[in-house]
Amino acid sequence: MDLLLVNLIDGLVTGLLLFMLSAGLTLIFSMMGVLNFAHASFYMLGAYFGYQISLYMGFWMALVCAPVIVGFLGAVVERYGLRRVHQHGHVAELIFTFGLALLIEEAVQFFWGKSQVPFMPPQALDFALFSIAGNAVPAYKVFMIFVAIAIFAGLLFVLTKTRIGMIIQAALSFPRTVEALGHNVPLIFMCVFGVGTALAAVAGVIAGPVLGTFPGMAFALGSIVFVTIVVGGLGSLSGALYASLLIGWITTFAASYDVGLADILNAIGVDQPLDMRNSPWRDFWSITLSQVGPILPYLLMVLTLIFRPHGLFRKGGL
Amino acid sequence: MTDTTPQMTDTGPMGLRLKSAMPWLCAALLLLILPQIFSANATITLMNQMAITIIFALAYNMLLGQGGMLSFGHAVFMGLGGVFAVHVMSYVEAFGAPLPLPLLPLFGGFAGLLLACVIGSFSTRQAGTVFAMISLGVGELIAACSLIFVTFFGGETGVSADRTYGLPVFGVEFLRQSEVYYLIAAWLLLSVFLMYLYTRTPMGRMANAVRDNPERAEFLGYSARWVRFYSFIFSGFFAGIAGGLFALNYEIMTSESMSLVQSGKILLITFLGGMGYFVGPIIGAIVFTLLTTVLGRYTELSALYVGTVFVLTVMYCPRGLAGLLMMHEPAYRLGKLRRLVAPYLKVLIPVLVATLGCAALFEMLFHVRHAPPGDHEMRLYWVTFDSHSPIAWGIVIGVTLLAIMTTRALIPHIKDAWHDANTIDKGAS
Repeated sequence: MDLLLVNLIDGLVTGLLLFMLSAGLTLIFSMMGVLNFAHASFYMLGAYFGYQISLYMGFWMALVCAPVIVGFLGAVVERYGLRRVHQHGHVAELIFTFGLALLIEEAVQFFWGKSQVPFMPPQALDFALFSIAGNAVPAYKVFMIFVAIAIFAGLLFVLTKTRIGMIIQAALSFPRTVEALGHNVPLIFMCVFGVGTALAAVAGVIAGPVLGTFPGMAFALGSIVFVTIVVGGLGSLSGALYASLLIGWITTFAASYDVGLADILNAIGVDQPLDMRNSPWRDFWSITLSQVGPILPYLLMVLTLIFRPHGLFRKGGL
Repeated sequence: MTDTTPQMTDTGPMGLRLKSAMPWLCAALLLLILPQIFSANATITLMNQMAITIIFALAYNMLLGQGGMLSFGHAVFMGLGGVFAVHVMSYVEAFGAPLPLPLLPLFGGFAGLLLACVIGSFSTRQAGTVFAMISLGVGELIAACSLIFVTFFGGETGVSADRTYGLPVFGVEFLRQSEVYYLIAAWLLLSVFLMYLYTRTPMGRMANAVRDNPERAEFLGYSARWVRFYSFIFSGFFAGIAGGLFALNYEIMTSESMSLVQSGKILLITFLGGMGYFVGPIIGAIVFTLLTTVLGRYTELSALYVGTVFVLTVMYCPRGLAGLLMMHEPAYRLGKLRRLVAPYLKVLIPVLVATLGCAALFEMLFHVRHAPPGDHEMRLYWVTFDSHSPIAWGIVIGVTLLAIMTTRALIPHIKDAWHDANTIDKGAS
C-alpha cells in the first residue's frame, strides 16, 4: 500500500513532466498539422541553458531565463526554417524537424561534451518534505508537481478565457477566416510555436536536475512524447493530459512491480520446463514486467492507432 | 514529388532494348573494374558498405518516394533479415546443409518479406502521419524486443557466424574481401534492376497514383490499402536482402542495426539523394557513405557537419542531390550546359573557402572548449597554430567573411548565367 502511494506520486511527476512537453507539441500539431520531432530537443536545450545560467545566476533565474531564450529560438526556427519548408508539404516538414533534432543533439555535444553535466536541484528545495512509510518524498518532486499544475491551469485559462486565447483557438481551426478578420495569423503561429518550445524548456530546466542532463535526454523522452499525444488524440489538450498521466503511471508501476511472465504462466497452470538452457523459449520464460515496461507505451500507441486512430480519449474525428 | 523517369518511347524493339540496356551494362562494367582501380582492402570494405546502403535506400524509397509512406522504423526489416541470415549461416555450418553462400541474402529477403506481411497487414490501412507513427512504434517495439529475446537476436553482443563454411562455390570460398565484393556487387545489380523494373510495372505506377491521390485511385477501382500493402512488402523484401548482405559482409548482427538511429539514417540518405527520382537514393547512399567515412577520418565533428548538410538540403533543395542535377536538364537539352561551367567554377572557389572557413571556426571553437587545459596547439589543414591566439581567430574569421561576401557578390552573375543557359537563343530556330 505504501509502495502504491509512492509509485502514484512518482508516476504523477513523470506524467506531468510528459504533459509539459506534450501540451506544447499538441498545440503545435493542431496549428501546423505536423509533428515536431525537435520538440524534445528544445526540452534538452532548456535543460542545458538552465544549467549554464544556473552556474552564474542560480537556479531560479535559470528557470525564468532559459525558457525565454529557448522560446525565442523556437520562434526563430518557425519563422526562418519551418515556414520556408512548409511550402514543400508535410513530409518535408516532418523531415526538417527530424534533421533539426539531430542537429541540436550534435550542437549540444559540441558545446557541452558527450557526458552528463552536473545540473543540481536548488539548495532551497533539497530536503525531504514528508515521508510515506520510510520512503522520503523530496520537496523538489512536489515543486515539480505544482509547477506543472500551474502551467496547465495557466494554459487552460489563457486558451479559454482570454481574448488572445480565443483568437489562437480560432486561428487553429479557421486560419483563413481569422486572417480575413484582420489578425496576423503567421505571427500567431510563430508565437504559439515559441510558447510551445518555451514550455518544453521549462520542463527541461525542471527535469534536468532529476533525470540527468546529457545529450541523449531528448532522444530518451522524444518518442515517448510522441506516443503521448498520439494516444491522447492528436491536437487535443485534455487528451494529452490524460495520456501523459496514464503513460507516467504505466511506466512507473511497470518498473517497480517485478512480475515475471513465468509467474503468470505458473499461476494459470502452465509449468515451466525444467531444463531451459538450450530451449529457444528460455527468453520467453524470463521476461519480467520491468523489462517490458519501457516498451509498453509503444505497444499502447500501436494498439491505439489500430483500433482507435483518433486517440483513446476522443470521440470526434481528427 | 515528381517522377522524371524517362517515358517509354516507341522505337523498334531492338533499339529500345539496346538503349535501355546501356546504363545497366555501364553499371555492370563499372562494378567489375572498380576493385581493379581501388584495390586497397579499406576501399573495398567501403564499397561493400556503399552497395548495401544503396539497396537499403532504394528499398526505403519504394515506400517514401514512390509510395508516399514515411517510415521511421524501416531498419527493423534490414535487421531482422540480417539476423535470420546469420542464423541460417550458422545452421548450415552446424548441420552441413548444401546451401551455397550466394543464395544466403534470399533468406534475409524472405524474413523481411514475412515481417512486412505481418506489420503491413495493419499499418498500411492509412498513409501519412498515422502510418509514420505506427512505423515508429513498431520499430521501437522490435528494437526493444531485440534486447529482450537474447537467444534469437543476440542482445547487445549480437549474433555472429562464419561465412566461409562448407562447400566452395566454383572454387571461391569467400575468404577475401574482394570475393565478397563481387558477390555483393552482383546482388546490387540484380536488386537495383528488379526494383527499377518494379517502378515500370502497373503495380509500381499504381503506387505512385495512390501516393498522389488515394481517393481518385479508389474511384478508379483500386484499393489504396492493398497497393500500399504490396509496396510495403516488396520494400521489406529488399530491405531484408540488404540485411542478408550486411550479415554476409560483417558476419555479425547486433541489436544496434535495427535501432531508430539506423532508421533515421536511411531516411536522411534517401532524402539527401532525392526521393523523387529513382537514382536519388543511389546518389544519396554513395555521397553519405563517402562523406561520413572521409569526414570521420579527419574530424570528430562529422555528425555535426552531416546534420547541417541535411537541414540545409531540406530547407534549400528539398528535391535532393538528384533534383539538383535534374535542374540542369533544360540547359542540357538546349545544348548550353557548357556556358554554366565557367560561372560555376568562379563561384566554386569562394564557396569552398567559406565552407572550409566555417568548418575551421567550428573546429577551433571545439578545440578551445574541449581540449585538455593547457593544450593550445592544434593542427588544421596542415597548419599547426595556437587555438587561443587572437591572430589565428582574426585570420580565419576575416578569410571566411571575405569568402562569404565574394560569394554574395557573385550571385547575380550566376543568376544571369543560369537564365542565359535556360533560354532559347533568339537567332536559333
